[in-house]
Amino acid sequence: MISVIIAVIATLGTLFVLLAAVGILRMPDTYLRMAVTTKAATLGIGLILIAAAIYFYDFSTTTRVLAIILFILLTAPVGAHLIGKASYISGNKLWEGSIMDDLKGKYRKTGKHVSAPKNPEGENEQEEEEI
Amino acid sequence: MTLDDYLYYIILPVLSVSILLVFVRFVKGPTISDRVVAVDLLVTSGIGIIAVYSILTHQPTFLDIALILALIGFLGTVAYSFYIQKRKNK
Repeated sequence: MISVIIAVIATLGTLFVLLAAVGILRMPDTYLRMAVTTKAATLGIGLILIAAAIYFYDFSTTTRVLAIILFILLTAPVGAHLIGKASYISGNKLWEGSIMDDLKGKYRKTGKHVSAPKNPEGENEQEEEEI
Repeated sequence: MTLDDYLYYIILPVLSVSILLVFVRFVKGPTISDRVVAVDLLVTSGIGIIAVYSILTHQPTFLDIALILALIGFLGTVAYSFYIQKRKNK
């Protein structure tokens, strides 16, 4: 009985990881790829780890699994946000079917792969000197 | 079919296929950001494979490795995004 539960949870997690892999291959844009992989892969890995916790049925293992899940839940959005911002700054175009761009007009291109934030106070010159 | 057979013959091959699909994007990726996202997903899928493998071998010690792998994956993503932002004009 317990092995059926473990098999079902592991299957769900594996399907979500497979969906994330198909999504990163099929989506048309870096940002859409990032959205798919962050959410689906986090849920899938969490389910697989919960299956492992149910299998071992041990206090120390469950604590470890909860620590891993909490860590992934905390770090996946942060990493996706950082990569998304770096990708936008380096001049990566959005998909032409996107209907919204909140950062439009807030950065100006200063090179092929570099942008600087638009600031009326003239802080840009200082930043460019630092670079 | 026991749980070990199911994990060995169905779950692990599906995870391997998903890693292959991610690797296709890693090779194709038009920009460097796509490759960083692909590496992040490769590390995350690796954590899943380690969890399944720890069930197969009855060794909960492998989950420590999964924790360390998650930490290194996050550090790698942060470092890559930092250095992408610091690229110079060319």
